[in-house]
Amino acid sequence: MRLLLRRLLDALVLLWLVVTLTFLLLRAAPGDPAALLVPPTATAADAARARARLGLDRPLWVQYARWAGGLLKGDLGESFAQHRPVAELLERALPVSLGLGLSSLALTFLFGIAIGTAQAARRGTTTDTALTIFTTSVYAAPSYWLALALVACFTYGAARWGFPQAMRLPAFGVRDPASTATGFAATADVLRHAILPVITLTAIGAAGIARYTRTIAADLLRADFVRTARAKGLPPRSVYVRHVVTNALPSLIVLFALALPGVLAGSVFVEVVFAWPGMGRLMVDSIFARDYPVVMGAATIYAALVILANLAGDLVLPLVDPRRRA
Amino acid sequence: MTIFQPTVRRRARGALAVLVALVVAAIVVPMLAPTDPRAIGNVLALRFIPPFTSDPSGHWHLLGTDAFGRDLFTRMMLAARISLLVGFAGSLFAGMAGIAVGAVAAWAGGIVDRVAMAVSDALLAIPRLVLLLVAAALWPPGAVMVVLILMFTGWMGVARLVRAEVLGVRTHAYVEAAHALGARQRRVLWRHVLPNALGPAIVAITLGVGSAILLESGLSFLGLGIQPPNPSWGNMIADGREAIVMAPWAALAPGLALIATVTCCTLLGDALSDAGA
Repeated sequence: MRLLLRRLLDALVLLWLVVTLTFLLLRAAPGDPAALLVPPTATAADAARARARLGLDRPLWVQYARWAGGLLKGDLGESFAQHRPVAELLERALPVSLGLGLSSLALTFLFGIAIGTAQAARRGTTTDTALTIFTTSVYAAPSYWLALALVACFTYGAARWGFPQAMRLPAFGVRDPASTATGFAATADVLRHAILPVITLTAIGAAGIARYTRTIAADLLRADFVRTARAKGLPPRSVYVRHVVTNALPSLIVLFALALPGVLAGSVFVEVVFAWPGMGRLMVDSIFARDYPVVMGAATIYAALVILANLAGDLVLPLVDPRRRA
Repeated sequence: MTIFQPTVRRRARGALAVLVALVVAAIVVPMLAPTDPRAIGNVLALRFIPPFTSDPSGHWHLLGTDAFGRDLFTRMMLAARISLLVGFAGSLFAGMAGIAVGAVAAWAGGIVDRVAMAVSDALLAIPRLVLLLVAAALWPPGAVMVVLILMFTGWMGVARLVRAEVLGVRTHAYVEAAHALGARQRRVLWRHVLPNALGPAIVAITLGVGSAILLESGLSFLGLGIQPPNPSWGNMIADGREAIVMAPWAALAPGLALIATVTCCTLLGDALSDAGA
């Protein structure tokens, strides 16, 4: 219990550090957000008024104290560009990214672990080498490129080459703008729109997990306790499940905790290419608009997720790995 | 040590050969090009010529032309210069900064160590892409800025590795002996500790080249990295995006070059880390 409290306290200190660093980074940058908010015909006095209205004319520490004070009360401030509470904008964007991220994360681990363990069991064979080169290449692919390649194939190519209707997939947005469907049909429409983005994220993620799983599993297959298990006549499948997979689990849980926020951040490009109104797009748009409160809010959420995921990983580990129980 | 070594080494040799060929092509091809790969000529006659065909003026195009009628292969090789240089420099400088921070933190200990590690933890808690986007969007873009940003967002991993290694190495008897012989602190760190603590950092820097190239291309794709008319694989894919129906090669070919390059860097890094293990 004391350990848990200590960890929580550490996490909060870290979060405060992150928030402060982001704040300083944003304010250290050249460029005046007020200049982008006033019309091009505005005078210097107009810009000064806009700065005063946003509180940007105050000393840096006053701006910081205001922002941090708001954060403590759960108030993330108001967007410069959209004149709406930042919390409201994030509330709308977060579920889109989370839905995309979590569904591809689940598929990522499913396929990644399956491919990696299959490779480790066949290590040194041609299949293993071919799969290694394949996963390394897919892992090297930029997500926006893979997204465009899928769009070229399943959206435009599908129409040109006469694919069956089920394989013609939409490339933009979360749902069909012309559709008036409700209930089941509306859900099906969203799912159809999610296929290409989820495939993009899953393919790249799964390739990475497969590479990692193969290394862990291959090391474990050479371990003495696996040789002993084989020597005492355990069937290969039992050796695999009882000795290899259970021992690989702790590393994979750490990896899962590390991957969780990465998936959310990794969807930036996918959201940009597929025009999904998630956190990534909100972040990119706000950065271009110098919309500091939104950028700060998004960065805070990303950081909180990373720290929470690490904390959760630390807490779950002793449950699956007796060696970590203090 | 491991049973994969022969295959890994063979694969690494293949990867190195591909990278060397790419570097040579990146230097030579733009020099031999009949027209300036940045200049825009007769757009209407030359745009989107398919791969392996000749344009009306008789020039043959290996990978066709882009939206402005420029030879795609020549531009891709010109982009290779920038991508390889930025990726290599970005990873190297980030690694050097990480080595400096990690070594000093471990050597000095106390408050210096605590502050350095707290800052590194805080920066690691923001996904690198987010940090990169914030930094890239707020300062004026360009190749030098991309390298600086890669350095600023990439030193933390190496710093932790080097710190751990230095803490381990400083307990060895030869370090104590150097102290006992009256060597200065700086000399002990520089001559005795650092050379023995760099192994993991070198592997991390090699593996970092691939991801630095990917990050540079991502920034350029969003318009935050290398600016036109200078080509980078990322901004070439962004240019080709609008024409993905009419001329898919304009977006897909630079991506294939990117994948091949990053794959080779990863295979090399894997071999290096196997050799070190």
